[in-house]
Amino acid sequence: MGWVNIIIQGGLLGGLYALFAIGLALSFGIMRLVNIAHGDFIVLSAFVAMIVSAGLGISAIASLAVVIPAMFALGYLLQRGILNLTLGSDILPPLLVTFGISVIIQNLLLEGFGADIQRLHAGAIETESVILPGGIAVGVFPLLVFVLAVVCIAGLQFVFYRTGLGRAFRAASDDPDTAELMGVDKRHIYALAMGVAMAFTALAGVLFAIRTTFEPSSGPIRLIYAFEAVIIGGLGSFWGTLVGGMILGIAQAIGAALSPTWQILAGHIAFLVVLIVKPSGLFPRTRD
Amino acid sequence: MSQLKTSSLRAFYGDFQALFDIEFQADEGETIAVIGANGAGKTTLLRTIMGQLACDRDMVKFDGRPIGDLDAHEIVGMGIAMVPEGRRLFPSLSVEENLKIGGYCGRRGSWTLERVYQLFPMLAERRDVPSMALSGGQQQMAAIGRALMSNPRLLLCDELSLGLAPVIIKDIYACLDVISDEGTTLDIVEQDISRALGIADRFYCLQEGRVSLAAPAGGYDQAAITQAYFGI
Repeated sequence: MGWVNIIIQGGLLGGLYALFAIGLALSFGIMRLVNIAHGDFIVLSAFVAMIVSAGLGISAIASLAVVIPAMFALGYLLQRGILNLTLGSDILPPLLVTFGISVIIQNLLLEGFGADIQRLHAGAIETESVILPGGIAVGVFPLLVFVLAVVCIAGLQFVFYRTGLGRAFRAASDDPDTAELMGVDKRHIYALAMGVAMAFTALAGVLFAIRTTFEPSSGPIRLIYAFEAVIIGGLGSFWGTLVGGMILGIAQAIGAALSPTWQILAGHIAFLVVLIVKPSGLFPRTRD
Repeated sequence: MSQLKTSSLRAFYGDFQALFDIEFQADEGETIAVIGANGAGKTTLLRTIMGQLACDRDMVKFDGRPIGDLDAHEIVGMGIAMVPEGRRLFPSLSVEENLKIGGYCGRRGSWTLERVYQLFPMLAERRDVPSMALSGGQQQMAAIGRALMSNPRLLLCDELSLGLAPVIIKDIYACLDVISDEGTTLDIVEQDISRALGIADRFYCLQEGRVSLAAPAGGYDQAAITQAYFGI
């Protein structure tokens, strides 16, 4: 009974990790761009939401209506203005540039908000719970996060495999020069992809900050979780990212149940095991 | 006025100059062959016209409009499409998705998915398979179909016969006749001289980045072509 509970709680946490991972999977999948600043954009979104909800006097959830479009615009402009210039046959420039952006974001946040631990508030939903058949209590908020992750991934999967825009994304990912021959403006498509990635990052950041505390230096560990979820899942489909996130969440929950000091480590061990057993992830992209 | 005209066209790969003062023109509905040895600059010429390689604004004119400084994704919307060397189908897209993305620019015209399938019935049967599951000849058909989906007025074809069996090459060239009958201008880069000249109205022979011979394709002089081709 106790173990079922642990696995359910861990799986729900995996929904949040999947949301962390979506942005990373998008930018790596389409542009081959490893965004080292991804975790810091998650934290930046949380701070933006904090300002917006305080300034407008609305709840953190309602602030998403502002934070998501703002982060979309930031992502578009960042890709169009800076990151597009770093792309090429060499994978090092985007790594270095996003590493620099990561340092800049952390320090600006520290300068602006200090090192205090922050938290976003969403009202009663934070503490409400429902009782599942079998007597297991599940928090409404973690359940909501998980459902949102499933909805987001289903939406992305639809856009990528059923629409013209999705075909353009996949074509630009396969062969950007030939995609240009089809009329696909790769600079615009890449910027759009980063905008979408950043919109999901905004959602993930706000939900994360409601669930737990954050501070300016919280980014890098979120980046690691996002990486691990993407790599466990493979890049074959967005559903793989959800599975990756869930495996990570469940491993952490099991680790925490054994001993609180094992929580984070157990997640990393699960990641390493997958890497050894199936280096290309559980749902690899099939090519050629 | 010619539909496509290049004036003193020069193109570079870094410091290496690949094209020297090319004067090339094609009238609406013409079929032009571009022949030459490996490294003569045939593919470079197509890539420069298509905007994949930079050149000065006035070096390429389409309907009298300078397009030399435009990018490929802008040029395709004006009615020029290219079948790239080696087909370059998108591996993660199905056959039908490859065709559909060909129409991404949204240019309207007589070519639709149905008409491409009429021209290449084999593709209709295999529309849902991954593009890389097609045979070489079918891939070439899909690449041509994909280019047609943008309803081009000028179609650039790079080495259509490369690596294909003679019987398949014959089929593909028969399809080019159909495309030409629509009034589409064709620029065909080929190593197979007799195949190219058999379909063309005129031809250009390139040698080391320069036009070494430009003449009507009918009744060509074999010795003159050999001279222009090899430069011996």
